Amino acid sequence: MSVLHVHRAGPLTTVQDLGRVGWAHLGVPRAGALDGPAAALAQRLVGNPPDAALLEVTWGGLEVTSSHAVWVAVTGAPVPVEVDGRAVGHDRVVRLPAGGRLRLGTPERGVRSYVAVAGGIDVTPVLGSRSTDTLAWLGPPRVADGALLPVGLPTGPPAPVDVLRPPAPGPLRLHPGPRADRVEGDVLVRLAATSYVVGEASNRVGLRLDGDPLPLSVRDELPSEGAVLGAVQVPPDGRPVVFLADHPPTGGYPVVAVVDPGDLWCCAQLRPGEPVRFALTPGGGGRTPR
Amino acid sequence: MSGPVRWLSYGATAVLAEVAGPDQAQSLAAYARQAGLTALEIVPGATTVLFDGVADAGALQRALDGWRPGVVADHEGPLVEVPVVFDGPDLAPVAERWDTDEAGVVERLTGTELVSAFCGFAPGFAYLAGLPAELAVPRLATPRPRVPAGSVAMADTWCGIYPSASPGGWRLVGRTDAALWDPDRTDPALLAPGTRVRLRPVSGW
Repeated sequence: MSVLHVHRAGPLTTVQDLGRVGWAHLGVPRAGALDGPAAALAQRLVGNPPDAALLEVTWGGLEVTSSHAVWVAVTGAPVPVEVDGRAVGHDRVVRLPAGGRLRLGTPERGVRSYVAVAGGIDVTPVLGSRSTDTLAWLGPPRVADGALLPVGLPTGPPAPVDVLRPPAPGPLRLHPGPRADRVEGDVLVRLAATSYVVGEASNRVGLRLDGDPLPLSVRDELPSEGAVLGAVQVPPDGRPVVFLADHPPTGGYPVVAVVDPGDLWCCAQLRPGEPVRFALTPGGGGRTPR
Repeated sequence: MSGPVRWLSYGATAVLAEVAGPDQAQSLAAYARQAGLTALEIVPGATTVLFDGVADAGALQRALDGWRPGVVADHEGPLVEVPVVFDGPDLAPVAERWDTDEAGVVERLTGTELVSAFCGFAPGFAYLAGLPAELAVPRLATPRPRVPAGSVAMADTWCGIYPSASPGGWRLVGRTDAALWDPDRTDPALLAPGTRVRLRPVSGW
């Protein structure tokens, strides 16, 4: 079995898969790759099933060698990729020879890149998932310099070509949330009319937005209630937080809107300081995720 | 919008059921699980149940039409006894607030059958209901930076036990060595929603 030797983990690298679903009632966050379509593309390129585990690399900087020759693919935030010092490109499947060194530079845009290895990262699952949850720290520990990561046996051939996802991130489409009435006026219209900027404290738990505060008509804390991925929560300071994969399963601040599941990947790639726009969903109906 | 449940729209894939209180939320969640509903997550809260990963909200609501408060017996969950050493730093202030002494607090807490209403805050952290409104205690004005694992605590009318060390603003009345959370167990949370809980005083270890 192959082993990846991590020489440099970069600012934050974690193991992720589709997440830990079905445990929210016990207080377990979902976790899972933040940019789902990019992770899925990487898995298809190396011939993995969709539920295999891969590496989510935040701000690049990962450097690994493999004990055996393996197929790898790097997707997500576009980042310079080198194998043994030679540029090999992004969004394509690449042969990493035994002992060969895969190196990711710093992303030109976006935040999170995905490194899939044929066979998947074969760490021990916790509650059915190999994802690291950065809120409760369930699952494997964050990848550290010097870590040795087991790789499973490939189950299918690599796919040399694939249809890329739509490249242009658009505004985040909104659905009404259960506590929309806690903001004066039509909260979806207000959100769509406000210019927000991604806050510095954004992470895998939530995308924090700076902008004109939303005026809450009721300021009392709610009794704790369940929250979904993409929930737009408004704390007393009026600055919205979009809940991402490691969000707490219950919360006491009102959820006034929900980002369409098809747009959550954009949240994974927005950098602190970048503008964020919301948009209304025509008719408020659910849309098929891309 | 009549009947015991008020349905609130919650994005493209979820609905939120609002009910009168924690016991009703727990009862509705238990009813939904017994009915074999197809939802990825059924998450009770203090006065709500979240159904997430729902393909057809209308079908889900119709399937829960038969639920009424009390239709799932309040006290049918398993009973767990938790051994507690009552020596917490906030025992005296709680006693003062309840107009009793420390022994009186212990008597009140151990004489009440608590029920796990829902989990949140951390994996396996259960919000235990059962104390009456007049025994509500406020959270600390400044949370402690570190509360040890196993701390038995109170906030508002809730009791809770910290499964792992974390910051926390609840009033600490005791400690236990019970294993509240173990992801390798079949039932990872000792106090899953619906579990009945008795705190049993012990003298220490």
